[in-house]
Amino acid sequence: MEQITQFVAANLIYIYLIAFTVLLGFEVISKVPTVLHTPLMSGANAISGVVIIGAIILIRSSESDDYVSLIFGTLGIVLAMINVVGGFAVTDRMLEMFKKKKKAQS
Amino acid sequence: MIKTILDIGFLIAAISFINGLRRLSTPATARKGNLIAGAGMILAIIIAIIYPLGDEGSGNYPWIIGGIAIGSLIGWVAAKKVQMTAMPQLVSIFNGLGGACAVLLAVLEMLKSSADNKIGIAISVFTLLVGAISFTGSILAYLKLDGKVKDKHVILPGHTYVNIAFLIASIVIAVLYVLNPSSTMLIVLIVISLVYGFSFVAPIGGADMPVVISLLNSLTGISAATAGFIYNNQIMIIGGILVGASGTILTVLMCNAMNRSLLNVIIGGFGSSGG
Repeated sequence: MEQITQFVAANLIYIYLIAFTVLLGFEVISKVPTVLHTPLMSGANAISGVVIIGAIILIRSSESDDYVSLIFGTLGIVLAMINVVGGFAVTDRMLEMFKKKKKAQS
Repeated sequence: MIKTILDIGFLIAAISFINGLRRLSTPATARKGNLIAGAGMILAIIIAIIYPLGDEGSGNYPWIIGGIAIGSLIGWVAAKKVQMTAMPQLVSIFNGLGGACAVLLAVLEMLKSSADNKIGIAISVFTLLVGAISFTGSILAYLKLDGKVKDKHVILPGHTYVNIAFLIASIVIAVLYVLNPSSTMLIVLIVISLVYGFSFVAPIGGADMPVVISLLNSLTGISAATAGFIYNNQIMIIGGILVGASGTILTVLMCNAMNRSLLNVIIGGFGSSGG
């Protein structure tokens, strides 16, 4: 229990941040039209690749002979980077297609 | 001095994510929004590479640069080569890989942290559970969308109860691990959360697949955010929570668009019976 209160006290600013970000996340996309559901999902998915930052910090703070951390951390970077680059690139392709379709209709 | 500048850079990246998502939800600005969010991500990655960490960690750059190069290449080629019709399953795979990265980070952290640091362990355990469900769930979603796995092959009789049992079992094991960490329990925890991911998606039918990918996407976001607590990194927390929150709302909106409730989708069965 004491550990929990200590954690809350030490991270209060982050807890505020989370509360506001949740509300912001709800608000920011609440009016999205149905056609944009899939591209928005794809774009948000690319942002969730932000987990790569953790893998970078992990490798940077590892000893240079700690091969378990280095190898699995690098694997993490590769996986998350596929998510980031692939995610943004595929979203762009979806939206490009969307634009063409719209032009063809009008 | 340099630290403050880099921290402001992280702030700019966070604002780009929010701004990008907002533009992504309007047709006229969607493409630009995607570019803004992508630019924010590049900025965040560069800052993470050069951010001063104290005395330790001067080297190891070849690993980082190599990983980034390989990942970028694979992601770029996959995104450019995919057929238009196969895009949803590709998004699902990408999402699973993000979840897998969170799992790796959580496990490496659990191997390192001392048994006394209960909060730290609890955060890692949570990251592991959520990331693993997202990982295997997304892989199964991909296999289903791609037609490699048929619904009838993976649905057990009374699957809802199987899933509830898995959920309870993983929570119990997670709590046991936090109270008394051991490598045996860690393996059990990894295995059960990976299997639960499969089982979670198994009963969900073809037409509901986009909804479940959106749900898994928000799970990846949440596990990225809790991983941010492990590394005390604001941009991971903001980015992750942002995806977690907007992903959840998007999931609900997608359900509404199909006149279904989220609970219906998760229990499954309906979507597949039509087709």
